[in-house]
Amino acid sequence: MSAVLATLLLMLLPLALAGGGAARWPALARLVHGGCFLVSLGFAALGVAVLVFGGGDPLLLPVGPPWAPLSLALDGLSAWFLLLLGLVGAATGLFAWTHEAEAPPRRLLCYPLFLFGMALCLGAADGFTLILGFEAMSLASWGLLVARAMETRGEGERLAARLYLGFALFGAACLIPAIGLMGGLAGDLSFAGLRAAPMQGGMAALVMALVLLGAGSKAGLVPLHGWLPIAHPVAPAGVSALMSGAMTKVALYVVARLVLDLGGPAQPPAWGAPLLVIGAASALFGALRATQEVDGKVLLACSTIEHVGLVAMGLGLSAVLRGADLGPLASVAAGAALLHALGHALFKTLLFLSAGEVEHGAGSRRLDALGGLIHAMPLVALCALFGAAAAAALPPLVGFAGEWLLLQALLSAWRVGALWVQVMVAAVTAVVALSTALGAMAMLRFWGLCFLGRARTPRTLGAQDAAPPARAALVALVVLATGAGLLPGSLLALGAPAVAQVSGHAGLVVAGPWSVGAATAASAYWPLGVLLLVAIVAAALVAGLRRLSLQPAARGPVWDGGFIAPPAHLPFGDPATQASAAGFAQPLRRMLGTRLLMAREAVHFAAPGDPAPARLEAGFRDPVLPAFLRPLLIARDRLAQAAEWLRDLSIRQFLGIAFGTLLLLLALLALAGPP
Amino acid sequence: MTPGAIFTQLVHLALMLALAPLLVGLVRWLKARLMGRRGPSPLQPWRDLAKLARKQPLLAESASVMSVATPYLALAATSAAAALVPGFARGMALAPMADLILVAGLLALSRFALALAAMDVGTAFGDLGAAREMSFAAFAEPAFILSVLCFAILAGSTNLDAIGAAFADGGPGLRISLLLALLALLAVALAENGRMPVDNPATHLELTMVHEAMLLETSGRYLALWEMQAALRLMLWLSLLAALFLPFGTAPAFSGLGGWLLGLLAWVVKLGALAVALAVFESAIAKMRVFRVPEFLGAALLLALLGAVFLFLSTGLA
Repeated sequence: MSAVLATLLLMLLPLALAGGGAARWPALARLVHGGCFLVSLGFAALGVAVLVFGGGDPLLLPVGPPWAPLSLALDGLSAWFLLLLGLVGAATGLFAWTHEAEAPPRRLLCYPLFLFGMALCLGAADGFTLILGFEAMSLASWGLLVARAMETRGEGERLAARLYLGFALFGAACLIPAIGLMGGLAGDLSFAGLRAAPMQGGMAALVMALVLLGAGSKAGLVPLHGWLPIAHPVAPAGVSALMSGAMTKVALYVVARLVLDLGGPAQPPAWGAPLLVIGAASALFGALRATQEVDGKVLLACSTIEHVGLVAMGLGLSAVLRGADLGPLASVAAGAALLHALGHALFKTLLFLSAGEVEHGAGSRRLDALGGLIHAMPLVALCALFGAAAAAALPPLVGFAGEWLLLQALLSAWRVGALWVQVMVAAVTAVVALSTALGAMAMLRFWGLCFLGRARTPRTLGAQDAAPPARAALVALVVLATGAGLLPGSLLALGAPAVAQVSGHAGLVVAGPWSVGAATAASAYWPLGVLLLVAIVAAALVAGLRRLSLQPAARGPVWDGGFIAPPAHLPFGDPATQASAAGFAQPLRRMLGTRLLMAREAVHFAAPGDPAPARLEAGFRDPVLPAFLRPLLIARDRLAQAAEWLRDLSIRQFLGIAFGTLLLLLALLALAGPP
Repeated sequence: MTPGAIFTQLVHLALMLALAPLLVGLVRWLKARLMGRRGPSPLQPWRDLAKLARKQPLLAESASVMSVATPYLALAATSAAAALVPGFARGMALAPMADLILVAGLLALSRFALALAAMDVGTAFGDLGAAREMSFAAFAEPAFILSVLCFAILAGSTNLDAIGAAFADGGPGLRISLLLALLALLAVALAENGRMPVDNPATHLELTMVHEAMLLETSGRYLALWEMQAALRLMLWLSLLAALFLPFGTAPAFSGLGGWLLGLLAWVVKLGALAVALAVFESAIAKMRVFRVPEFLGAALLLALLGAVFLFLSTGLA
C-alpha cells in the first residue's frame, strides 16, 4: 500500500513540471487537470483499500536527512483523510478541466504540488515527513494565491497572499519545535517511536499548545482564523474548494495525529478541554460571521470556520471522554468528528464549486449583485441547494448525521463526573445548537440571495448552466454527500480503524448498516427511515391534493404587499422592495453582532434644506485579527530598530557573538540533556 | 414490529392530522370567548382549508419551482415529526426512531422550506419574515437542546418513547430541574409556533409579523398546505409538552383496545387543558418588540442551563 502511495505521489511531480511547461504548450493545462483528477481518484481508492485491508509496513524512502530517512505508511486515520482528499481533489480536477483550461502556468505548477504536499503529510510515517508535507502544502497554496494576485494585479489579492504567508510561517514556527520536542533528544521521529515514548507534564502541555497554534492556524481555529476568510476566497473556485474542503482537514489530521493518536493515551480529561473550547468558539464565530458577510465566497469560508470548529469539538470531546475511561462514548465523539470532516469536505467543495459556477455565469460573487439564478442555472441551483441544506444540518443529509452524533456524545458527557467538565459540556452544547441554527441561517441567506427572488442586476440574466464536466463534478458530489448522509453507519464501520485510533477504544459506535447510535440504551438515528417517512407522506400529500384540488395554478404579477407596479425603467421591479445582503443580516446583526462582532448601525440625515437622502451605514468587523496584528506590527518595528546596532559591529564582535551563542547552546545541552 | 404497533402508529398520525386544525380552532374560539366575543366555531379552520384547496392557486411571475415544492416538503417533514411524538400510546411502530434531536431537525427542515418559499418571489415582506424566523430559531434551538440535556440525564436517553416510559414509571420523580426545563420549553414552544409574546397569530399585514409575512404571496392549495403545517406544528408541540411533562394516562406499549381508549381520553384532556392555558396566556399578555425576543429566549436558555447545573449538583451529591 505504501508503495502505491509513493507511486501516486511521484506521478504528481511530472504533472507539476508539465504545468510549468504550459507557458509554451497551452494544451498541457488539460493534461495537468486530467492527471490530478486521476491521481485523486487513486488516492480515494487507496484510502478505501487501506481502510478495508489494512495499511502494511512503512516504506523507507532513500531520501531525507541521514538520521531520519523519510518514511511513508498509511493506517486507518490517514486513510480516512486520504479518501477525503481524493474525493475533493477529483471533483476540483473535473471542475478545473472545464474552467481552468487556460490557467496561468504558475498556478498549474503549484496545483499538483499542493495535492502532493497534502498527500505527503497524510501518508507520512514519521514527524519529519509530516512537517515536510505540511510545509509543501503551505508553500504550494501560497504559490497559488501569489499566482492569482499576479494575474489580477489587485491590491486585496496581494495583501491576502502576504497575510497567508505570514500565518503559514507562524504555523511552521510552532509545528517544527512541537515535533522536535516530541522526539526529544533521542531523535526517533517515527510514529512508532513517538508513540512508545509518550510526553508528560509540562512538556505535554507545551507540545499541545504549539500544535494547536501551528495546525490550528492552518485549520482556521479561533483565535487564529482571521486570515481564512481573506485568503480562501481569493483563489479560483477549485482551489478555494481544495483549501476549505481538504487543506483545513489536513490540519485537523495533524492535530488528531499528534495530540490524540501519538500524545493522547494516558492523559487526563483536561487534555481535550482546550480543543473542545477552541472548537466551540470557532463554531460560534464562524457561523455568526457567515450570517453577516456580503460576499458569497467569504461567507462560505466563514462557514468553513464553523464546521472546522465542530470537528475540533468532536476531537476534543473524544479526548475528554477517553481521559475519563468512557471508551464507547469517546468513540461516538471521534466518529462524529470523522464523519463531519468527510461530510464537510463534500458539501463545502460542492458549495465552492457552485459559487465558482455562479461567478463564472453571473459575473459576480457579491450577494447584492445576484438573485433569481434558479431560473437561469437550475442544475447548479439544485446542486447548491443540497450543499446548503447539508451545511445547515437538515435531516436526512450528511451535516445532520455528524451533528447528531456530536450532540449525542455531548448529551452523554455529563457521565465524566467532574463538575467543571459537566458545566463546560453544558455550555458547549448550547454553543453547538446556537452555531447550528446560525449556520442554517447563513446557508439560507447564501442560497436564497443567490438563487431566489428577482435578479438584482441585468448581468445575472445572461447566466448559463454549468458545462458538462463541471456538471458531472457537481452531481457526483451531490450523490456522494447524500449517500454519506443516508448511510453513516456503514461509513463509520468502514472508518472503524480511524475511530479506534482517535478514541483509543477498539469497539465501534453502535452502528448498523442503516443506523447510528450512541449506546445500546440511548437513542438511534435512522436516516434512511427518515427519508422514507418524509417521502411517503409527501407522496401521499401530492396524490391526495391532486384528487381534491383540481385547478391548475395561474400566473400573475407579484402582489408585494400592495406596492404599485414598478416603472418601466426598473425591469426587475423596485430593488428597494427586495432584501439586500446587509438587510437580510439585520436581525442577527442587532441581536448578536453588536456584542460579538462590534457591529454598528448609524443613520446619517442630511442637513435641513439639503435634498440629499438620509444614509444608513451598517457594518461589522472581526475584533480578533486587528487585535493580533497591530501589536505584532509595532513589535516588528521595534525589533528592527533595536537590531540596527548590529550593523556597526566589527568582525571580531560578530565572531564573539557566534562563539557566545555556541557556548550558550552547549551549556543548555549540558544542563537539560540526558545524564 | 407488531400489528398493534403499526395500527397505533397509523391511528396516531391520522388523529394528529385530523385534530390539528380543530386545536387551532379551539384556541381561537377560547380566545374570542375570553375577550367577550362569540367567536367562530372550532370547525372553522377545517372549512377554511377545504375552501382554499378548492380555489385556483395564483403564483407570482417570478416564482420558481420552490414555491410549488416547499409546502409539500414542509408539511411532510412536520408530519414525520408529528408521527414520532407519542400521543395516546407508547410503543408505536416508529418509536425506535422517535429521537428528540431528530424531531428538532425535522422542524428545522420545515422551517428552512418555509423560509425558502418566502424568499422565492423576492418581496420585502417575505425576506423580512424569513430573516426574522431564522434569527429567532437561532435563540430557540440552544434552549431546546439544553432542555433535552435535562431529560437525557434523568432518563438516560433522548428517545421520546424511552423518556415517556421512564417518567411514567415515576423513576426520576419531581425535580426542580424539570420545572426549569418546563419553563424553557414553554418559551421555546411559544417562539416556534409564533404565539403571543413573540408573534401575533391573529394579525394580517403588520410590520412586526413574522409567520404571516412569509405567506403573503401564497394562495390556493399551497396556502392550505402552509396553514395545515402551522396547525400541525402547534399540535406537535402541545403533544410534546404533554408527552414529556404529563406522561400519565398514556397507554404503554402492547396494551389492548381498552388501554388505547383510556390513553386517547387522557391525550384529548391534556391537549384541551394546554389549549385553555395557551388561550388564557395569550389573552393576558401583550406582544413584545421584535428585538426583545432574544432576551425572552435567552432567559429560557439560562433557565434550562440552571436546570442542568442543578442536576449535575444533585447527581454529584447522591
